[in-house]
Amino acid sequence: MRSQSERPYPLFRNLNAKIASIPMVLTALVVFVGGTAWTVLYSFTNSKLLPRWKFVGLDQYERLWSTPRWLVSIENLFIYGALSLIFSFVIGFLLAAMLDRKIRFEDTFRTIFLYPFALSFIVTGLVWQWLLNPDFGVQHVVRSLGWESFTFNPLYDRELVIYGILIAALWQGTGLIMCLMLAGLRSIDEDIWKAARVDGIPVWKTYLFIVIPMLRPVFVTTLVIIASAIVKVYDLVVAQTGGGPGHASEVPAKYVYDYMFLGQNLGQGFAASTMMLLSVVIVIVPWAYLEFGRRGRR
Amino acid sequence: MSERATLAMPVAGADAAASDLAGPRGRKPRRTLSRRNIILYGTLFVVAVYYLLPLYVMVVTSLKGMPEIRLGHIFAPPVEITFQPWVKAWAEACTGLNCDGLSRGFWNSVRITVPSVVLSIAIASVNGYALANWRFKGAEVFFTILIVGAFIPYQVMLYPIVIILREMGIYGTLTGLVLVHSIFGMPILTLLFRNYFASLPEELFKAARVDGAGFWGIYLRIMLPMSLPIFVVAVIIQITGIWNDFLFGVVYTKPDLYPMTVQLNNIVNSVQGVKEYNVNMAATLLTGLVPLLVYFVSGKLFVRGIAAGAVKG
Amino acid sequence: MRYRSVTAMLAASAAALAFAGSAGATDLEVTHWWTSGGEAAAVAELAKAFDATGNHWVDGAIAGSGDTARPIMVSRITGGDPMGATQFNHGRQAEELVEAGLMRNLDDIAAKENWKGVINPPSLLEGCMLDGHVYCVPVNIHAWQWLWLSNKAFADAGVSVPTNWDEFVAAAPALEKAGITPLAIGKQGWQEGGLFNNLLLAIGGKDLYLKIYQDKDAEAAGGAEMAKVFKAADDARKMAKNSNVQDWNQATNLVITGKAGGQSMGDWAQGEFQVAGQVAGKDYSCLVGLGMPNAYITTGGDSFYFPKLADEEKSKAQEELASVMLSPKTQVAFNLKKGSMPVRGDVDLTTANDCMKKGLEVLKAGNVIKSTDELISPDTNTQFNDLMAEFFAKQDMSVEDAQKRFADIIGSAD
Repeated sequence: MRSQSERPYPLFRNLNAKIASIPMVLTALVVFVGGTAWTVLYSFTNSKLLPRWKFVGLDQYERLWSTPRWLVSIENLFIYGALSLIFSFVIGFLLAAMLDRKIRFEDTFRTIFLYPFALSFIVTGLVWQWLLNPDFGVQHVVRSLGWESFTFNPLYDRELVIYGILIAALWQGTGLIMCLMLAGLRSIDEDIWKAARVDGIPVWKTYLFIVIPMLRPVFVTTLVIIASAIVKVYDLVVAQTGGGPGHASEVPAKYVYDYMFLGQNLGQGFAASTMMLLSVVIVIVPWAYLEFGRRGRR
Repeated sequence: MSERATLAMPVAGADAAASDLAGPRGRKPRRTLSRRNIILYGTLFVVAVYYLLPLYVMVVTSLKGMPEIRLGHIFAPPVEITFQPWVKAWAEACTGLNCDGLSRGFWNSVRITVPSVVLSIAIASVNGYALANWRFKGAEVFFTILIVGAFIPYQVMLYPIVIILREMGIYGTLTGLVLVHSIFGMPILTLLFRNYFASLPEELFKAARVDGAGFWGIYLRIMLPMSLPIFVVAVIIQITGIWNDFLFGVVYTKPDLYPMTVQLNNIVNSVQGVKEYNVNMAATLLTGLVPLLVYFVSGKLFVRGIAAGAVKG
Repeated sequence: MRYRSVTAMLAASAAALAFAGSAGATDLEVTHWWTSGGEAAAVAELAKAFDATGNHWVDGAIAGSGDTARPIMVSRITGGDPMGATQFNHGRQAEELVEAGLMRNLDDIAAKENWKGVINPPSLLEGCMLDGHVYCVPVNIHAWQWLWLSNKAFADAGVSVPTNWDEFVAAAPALEKAGITPLAIGKQGWQEGGLFNNLLLAIGGKDLYLKIYQDKDAEAAGGAEMAKVFKAADDARKMAKNSNVQDWNQATNLVITGKAGGQSMGDWAQGEFQVAGQVAGKDYSCLVGLGMPNAYITTGGDSFYFPKLADEEKSKAQEELASVMLSPKTQVAFNLKKGSMPVRGDVDLTTANDCMKKGLEVLKAGNVIKSTDELISPDTNTQFNDLMAEFFAKQDMSVEDAQKRFADIIGSAD
């Protein structure tokens, strides 16, 4: 559709659109590309409190990969990330599906599931730290009700602490996922449901094979939102466990922050950030190729 | 890919299948105690308890006096209800030398949030629209960069942004902070709007183009009115993120611009002294009140918007 | 330098945007992290004294100590919008800022008021100096080397209150039998690191401490004397096994309520005991230097630095603030409220309680030593705290492994 073929230069085609996109272009270039390049560049220096141009090659990276705390944080991110992704999707979708069934009190339920999202991660971390505290939280309450040997102390167990964080994170985030899915589900035509019913397809199969494929854009959006929150997780860990016990609940963003500001070692922090960015880019670029590679198809 | 069911499986809710085609007649059968409903409502109820438990603890703690908190356990309802923690949190709690509680930061938070939400959503919705309908060369590349940007922890960008703002001369001002919030809101919001606009029927767009409408005309007259649900979601995300933000609000401002979250941090995270849990909880709830109210109101708009805009061709 | 020109521009415009103030008075923004009740009362004394000079203290408190406050302070300064004065701990935290020329020196006022003569110990002033110039004013001394014991806990266990660390370790089985956690500690790296350094100083002695942290001698760090310290740390680890708290004041609370036998924490813990209404000697006991002979205390604490400002009036106000902070009257008022020790050798805190008096005696005897903050960089400190956090969390981490890693850290320390 070339309604503006009179314009001599390709640059001026869709001029309004291009002008309107200037903020995006500027941001992408100056802030994200520029900031990232700056970070990567300085990760090859031994900057301490302030950025300093003193080249040390790969020293920061060598140190990074021989630090137990960093290795633990990566491992934690994988576990937490995978589980968080799966459970957020599943729980969010199930809740949305249930609310979509034209039930009573939909408003109430929706508010109940969504309200945790209004609270900041710091608050979430604090409250769940309380609830999971062995001395006055859930364990204590259940024990005082009679079950003396009941143990539920994830936050002080090195193997389980990441699950304690997961519980809090899911509580906070699934409400939004549910909203997004609900918006998607509601936009699906009634007729599709009717047709499936007429054909005698069981409800669960309808969901699985008909509805979900139709929700692809919503799923993609949700995936990006969840994934970006996972990579950036910091406030929650700080508030709930402080990275403990020991470093069992350490996460990369916290490692970055602690070394940048507590340890006053920007170089090390930048090296860690660069590693995080690298892994993100490795995942995103193929996706972008798949998503945009085929022109004319959404 | 429809299965020709040889036996109509008694699927829950499929009882009205046959009569649907002819149009419903008579009262809609409401089998309130059907097994399906019990499972449905039962599950919802159990899940709701998981979600409500922390809120219950927070509210209950904020209404107790300190001795009761020390001696009792967290789920016990208050023996003596007191609103003193709430008063203290709002008007009296000290942060350093300023003993005027959260009220000090409240208007700052408003002044920061409103322009930031408006600006970020305005930019992102236009971006999303441009990306969905007016694909031009290189747009996808910039969009991909934006998405990668969404994954960068804020702490990493701290220094580059300080330098950028300093060079622009707006470091420490409200403008600078609004700009920062808009920048960081852009990736996810643009994605949100882009996918939404992409899912709208293309015929509408084409028809408008044939009628001679331009970029802005179509945006303002056709796209906007149809996008209430997604605007509501975007507002929810942005108000939450910006209102609850702590890092930017404290790094890129001066003391007289500090948002409510800074006061909250000062009340809750003081390193020394008695931790007044009841005041902390009250302060936390007060800080979260604004987003909560927004959700409550927007929830209705959300449903209404979907109902209105869900009439697909 | 870029910083100066932009600083000038922004500081000038900031000055133009008036903070309200009476005629002739200058507003000075001071950032610090003293936000809780007791701390706030202390900082109020400083503000009062400054306001009495006719100027106006604009408070910029941020809770959360170092890791929350520092990025803010550094960003403000590098962003070209510096505050009038800012708190840091004694030591090397602000070193780079000074080196980068972002802080002003206080040579004039230091000379005029003879800081060299009145500040005790002199190492405090040295810590503020770079290339012979004075860049900060220390305002207090906080000593880490204390063991706080709950009299009630030991009474319940049927043993007498220990008078030193070894007796404490010996009393541990009795405490455990009575269902009391022997050692309370918050599971955070800096607390465990602090405890370890206390043991190092008390058991290893001042010379070993200096060899490690001042000379950064990796051999000594891996040696036999150090191994003794690690053994003591291992004992501590076992005693603190059931201490399930995070924050340091939660651990202090365990001691206050008699649920734990003792805690090794700095003198700021006294504030907790005071607020709970407990009396030194009656309800709790305090052992300086962990009760070991020849006790030394480290002189950690807080100092105020002054970023370079272009505004003449504000620069003058900075000097007045520095002078006021060090004046005898302010020192007494501030330190009494804060529970720390004054930096001036010529003031007397007669109303200090018993424990504080013990600390002051050690100070007067000159048994002071620089804290790790003053000797090693924050980076090395963080690595060390990381190691301690791991050591205390993993009961099965061997002492040899820990010592080896410790030696590595010291070897690469700066």
